[in-house]
Amino acid sequence: MKQITVTVNGQPHSAEVEPRLLLVHLIRENLNLTGTHIGCDTSSCGACTVLLDGKSVKSCTVLAVQANGKSVSTVEGLCAPGAALNPLQEGFKENHGLHCGFCTPGMMMRATELLEHNPDPTEDEIRWGISGNLCRCTGYNNIVKAILYAGAKMRGEEPASTEPQFV
Amino acid sequence: MKLFSYAQATKPADAVQLLGAQTQSKFIAGGTNLVDLMKYDVESPDRLVDISQLALTQIDATDKGLRIGALARNSDVAANALVMKQFPLLSEALLAGASPQLRNMATMGGNLLQRTRCHYFYDVSQPCNKRAAGSGCGAIGGYNRIHAILGSSPSCIATNPSDMNVALAALDAVVQVTGPNGSRSIPILDFHRLPGNTPQRDTVLEANELITAVDLPTTAIGGKSHYLKVRDRASYAFALVSVAARLAVENGVVRDVRIALGGVAHKPWRLPDVEKNMVGKPATETTFRSAAKALLAGAQPHEHNAFKIQLAENAIVRALQTVS
Ligand SMILES: Cc1cc2nc3c(=O)[nH]c(=O)nc-3n(C[C@H](O)[C@H](O)[C@H](O)COP(=O)(O)OP(=O)(O)OC[C@H]3O[C@@H](n4cnc5c(N)ncnc54)[C@H](O)[C@@H]3O)c2cc1C
Ligand code: SF4
Ligand code: FES
Ligand code: FES
Repeated sequence: MKQITVTVNGQPHSAEVEPRLLLVHLIRENLNLTGTHIGCDTSSCGACTVLLDGKSVKSCTVLAVQANGKSVSTVEGLCAPGAALNPLQEGFKENHGLHCGFCTPGMMMRATELLEHNPDPTEDEIRWGISGNLCRCTGYNNIVKAILYAGAKMRGEEPASTEPQFV
Repeated sequence: MKLFSYAQATKPADAVQLLGAQTQSKFIAGGTNLVDLMKYDVESPDRLVDISQLALTQIDATDKGLRIGALARNSDVAANALVMKQFPLLSEALLAGASPQLRNMATMGGNLLQRTRCHYFYDVSQPCNKRAAGSGCGAIGGYNRIHAILGSSPSCIATNPSDMNVALAALDAVVQVTGPNGSRSIPILDFHRLPGNTPQRDTVLEANELITAVDLPTTAIGGKSHYLKVRDRASYAFALVSVAARLAVENGVVRDVRIALGGVAHKPWRLPDVEKNMVGKPATETTFRSAAKALLAGAQPHEHNAFKIQLAENAIVRALQTVS
């Protein structure tokens, strides 16, 4: 067992963990933050994406011990309960960026880092940027629109009015 | 995943010492390959030595070129101003691989040592000489669309899946390693091996050696470079065939050239004699195509991958046309 401290959404958490515990299990089971999903469990689908020291990573292939002393942001940290939605959450809502919602937390965490690096991405840049996040429902078009919407909002611009596209 | 113990190294020398202190120990860097392999039971170390916090993340200009620390993240290397200016080929190849989340964790050392994507290697219910010496090769006579056409052996027809390694081969990179018996420098073309009778070994690195850095020598080649990756979909797939090309043309004539191929062999495929032969010839499709044919001479397809020969030939020609 190993003693670790990980700051999750601003709150430090200490735990004694087996070295084989995955970060995603620490988040979901020890901390009860079940917004971070497990899809493939083998670093392919992106459902488990969180930010580790501000960078998007697949938490199903990160050992919790490797996150010791670091900060983690999960989808729960995007907005406080009852507070106004974060622009990404709003974008996904306004643009029908989700159907079943399984990929959505990972998509939003990946998009968080993407927009931080590139506040005004093109559609193509968004598609490349989320290439490690798989969605089986939406066909991606509305996810791309949701991220364009959030980018505009974050830049203080009026998001282009988007007729949701069903595919 | 089975239980294992864990130790974190703070200095390269400690990492080597910790690894040697217990058999069945392995280094873990970004973990993006090793953790998956441990979940599949392909690797089952008793102890992990975490090297991810070692201060080997710098990218520094040296008098001979650039030194990139073994623990530098793939995303940081791809976005580094020195790399983009002097060796854009490396950025291009890194960005063609995996996804942003994986590149944020993956390191230079881990990418150099990433293991094959042969399906039989990953499936412990199948025979595989690379995973279990002497058990046979599931891919020979099995489904071998992604497998090698060059340099394979009756023991193993796996390919090296890395994009970065192909660029490093074209850049004449040198791998710096350190171990209990001191440090050594390994030219990239000698680093990865052909399978022969011992496909268990991907590289010449000893089990107790730590990769500390990758050196990229500045050369007078000049000219342009390009990494062309051909895959089943536009993004987020391993290469079926890839080409890292550097070409300097003067008055329509080839002055210097490097061509490395990915997806075709157990190691990045480069034939310096073919490159020498091109020097002084006109930089035209005729020259490029005959070089491509020479690079692929002796190619041996398997049941499902004969398409790779023509694909590789065309990819070589296209990559060279792009930089001429
Ligand atoms: C879904 C998916 C898609 C991918 N797509 C691509 C792709 O298209 N192209 C591509 O090139 N790659 C791709 N990859 C592979 C990825 O590039 C590798 O997983 C990554 O580079 C490994 O680096 P790491 O630091 O995480 O290595 P780890 O997993 O930490 O280590 C890998 C191996 O290297 C050893 N090791 C690591 N560092 C050192 C060192 N300094 N000295 C000695 N030994 C060391 C470890 O012991 C281990 O055996 C993909 C991976 C996934 C999961
Ligand atoms: S090709 Fe190599 S890695 Fe694949 S099954 Fe055969 S021996 Fe194993
Ligand atoms: S659950 Fe982690 S990438 Fe799919
Ligand atoms: S909304 Fe269902 S997987 Fe994306």
